[in-house]
Amino acid sequence: MSVTAPYRSGRAVGTSGFRHLLRAEWTKFQTVRGWVIGILVGLLLMVGLGVLTTKNSACGVPPTQTNPSGACPAPPTGPGGEWVTDAFYFVRQPLGASGSITVRVTSLTGLYATHAGSAVPGEIPTADLTPGVQPWAKAGIIIKASTTAGSAYAAMMVTGDHGVRMQWNFTNDVAGLAGKVSAASPRWLRLTRTGDVIRGYDSADGAHWTLVGTATLAGLPSLSQAGLFAASPGYSANSTSFGGSSSKGGPALATGLFDQVSRQGAWPAGSSGQWTGQDIQGPADNALQPAAQGYREAAGTFTVSGSGDIAPAGGSAGAVTSQTLVGTFAGLIAVVVIGVMFMTTEYRRGLIRTTFAASPRRGRVLAAKAVVLAAVTFTAGLVATAITVPLGEHLLHENGYPIYPTSALTDARIVVGTAGLLAVCAVLALAVGTLLRRSAGAVTVVIVGIVLPYLLAILSGVLPAAAEEWLVRVTPAAAFAIQQSIPAYPQVDAAYTPGTGYFPLAPWAGFAVLCAWAAAALALAVFVLPRRDV
Amino acid sequence: MTALHAEWTKLRTVPGPGWLLLAAIMLTAAVGALAANAVTCPAGGCQIDPAKVSLTGIYVGQTIVAILATAAVSGEYSTGMIRLTLTATPRRWLVLAAKTAVVGTATLATGAVAVLASVLVGRLLLDQHGIDPAHGYQALSLADGTVLRAAAGSALYLALIALLGLGVATAVRDSAVSIGVVLGLLYLFPIIASVVGDADWKRHLDQISPMTAGMYIQATTDLRSLPLAPWQGLGVLAAWAAGALLAGGLLLYLRDA
Repeated sequence: MSVTAPYRSGRAVGTSGFRHLLRAEWTKFQTVRGWVIGILVGLLLMVGLGVLTTKNSACGVPPTQTNPSGACPAPPTGPGGEWVTDAFYFVRQPLGASGSITVRVTSLTGLYATHAGSAVPGEIPTADLTPGVQPWAKAGIIIKASTTAGSAYAAMMVTGDHGVRMQWNFTNDVAGLAGKVSAASPRWLRLTRTGDVIRGYDSADGAHWTLVGTATLAGLPSLSQAGLFAASPGYSANSTSFGGSSSKGGPALATGLFDQVSRQGAWPAGSSGQWTGQDIQGPADNALQPAAQGYREAAGTFTVSGSGDIAPAGGSAGAVTSQTLVGTFAGLIAVVVIGVMFMTTEYRRGLIRTTFAASPRRGRVLAAKAVVLAAVTFTAGLVATAITVPLGEHLLHENGYPIYPTSALTDARIVVGTAGLLAVCAVLALAVGTLLRRSAGAVTVVIVGIVLPYLLAILSGVLPAAAEEWLVRVTPAAAFAIQQSIPAYPQVDAAYTPGTGYFPLAPWAGFAVLCAWAAAALALAVFVLPRRDV
Repeated sequence: MTALHAEWTKLRTVPGPGWLLLAAIMLTAAVGALAANAVTCPAGGCQIDPAKVSLTGIYVGQTIVAILATAAVSGEYSTGMIRLTLTATPRRWLVLAAKTAVVGTATLATGAVAVLASVLVGRLLLDQHGIDPAHGYQALSLADGTVLRAAAGSALYLALIALLGLGVATAVRDSAVSIGVVLGLLYLFPIIASVVGDADWKRHLDQISPMTAGMYIQATTDLRSLPLAPWQGLGVLAAWAAGALLAGGLLLYLRDA
């Protein structure tokens, strides 16, 4: 009796390594002409729309002799390189390398206009102003490198609604004593200079002092300007509701009352030196009458009135980098369609049975598909953004737009992050396509999940502000935060809405929301795939 | 007539379209209710367009209608049914006309129900959120000519979106690509318009955008601020739908199935 060995194929056992899976999926991808064309169309649309929108926008300033092209003037930049507003009334004396100034503030009052007036300064008569102090109206003491707008400074101040603050170099803000200032509860403020280091103190009684903050102003010249100041950002009331948003506002004036002014240290003009009053950044910075700003001194009591603000300026004076990337949405729709089809086509053609027969571990097939898709879309996205951002900025610049200055790191984050956004969206689309197995449904779910929330959030007047913010927090559209290039500052009241380029989440946190959605969808797909017939 | 009957049978006898139409009604009314519920009107008065608020759901409902319309054509291509259809009715323009009639009628009827539900929900909810006679608002009523225009126009809007989808799908044939194209046409225009700095360009973009212009039909207040009159806006969408159907019909006529 002979025993026959069972049949064994003479061929070597095939490897089902991940590398081979990747190769198989890459072959599938690059041999479907429609997908390759689709990726290229998405890339071209991204670049094309970026060029189209930046080329056809002009900064609308009437041309003058000094500015024949009608370019918008760039705002002054602060020591950190950001755009700033630096307009206030300054009552000053030179101060040497070391010294201090101490004052008592007994009152902060304000006036504001409810309409903007015309561009002509002095258009709004002081009699037309409404009494009322703005939340971030400021009055206090300041040490500043020079009287040039945007130069380094450190200041102690009382504010309308935010108590005593120490602020320096526009972006730094530290809270001191809380509560409003009045004759019954005055505030004592002190700034001391030791070389480059400036310390701010506050006190409620003039005897017990608290250190509020320590500022190091790099390169502060040995002769700086120091004294009293007052400034008030404009009044604005925004009401956003369905069917349209309305906003009204106008310039505002803050008036601070100071007494018990005392100075120690190196004041070159001496203890009896004359004070000089100066409107920093000129009287034309708003529509108030020039006479409204100024100061009076009587029996050691100073009354200082000023308009404007000492704060970061935001991007509204020019263009921001993300404006060049409007084509992202076209690219997004292209990669979503391709991401979905990368899976649903296998189901439609029945290829999925061959795929799973060749590689029975279905989760790995999905992983390989995700890797190939992410790599392709990331590369295409990176090419598109790397072309669009510099090209768009160049065109905006030619059209007279100053572009909000960003660091190389921020630019890199926007360029790489947008490519990443496309890649993660493609993977999300792949996972949803796997789950639904229907092309139309999957494409709609993903596009409605990411583009519609963004659209509803940026079109002001469609949704209430709270709903807008919620949409860009929890939906995949949160990822567009990766394109934000202007930081929001708590010490500036502005419309921080998605429509103006601000997102409630930090850039990478917003991106993480999208990644979480993609990971959840992918995990669900990996879970469901082996439990379903093909 | 038989072509019409055949198309109606195809739409009726698969569960998908029925569920989609039901979903379109539910979503439209639900989103409208959410929107109406979120309205606040401070004592100083507000600039709210009550009809527009109650019909916010159309923004979502239109996507479901677009799926239905594109699937009606691309489904036939993916299953190969189209060859049978064209064998049975060799006059291809007749097939497209029958599809247009059936899908258009079905979505118009769905749109009417969705709009009625939205207006009813809006009427009930808006009154509790300060949109009342004390703030100078009448209760939402179809007897009001402008509200009737917004309501009837919104139902027509949904039907026109369906026809646009039908035309694009006939031209493109693949379901994923055609729904991508339709959603791109709807969403990209307003996004681009929002970043264009030039006011004239923005106005022109709004005027040719199928969604933005089409939605002007919902406006009942402050009509002067719109770049187009309401019916003109809906006309723009109708032109897009007609153009898509024409392109689709031409390609259907010229190409192999």
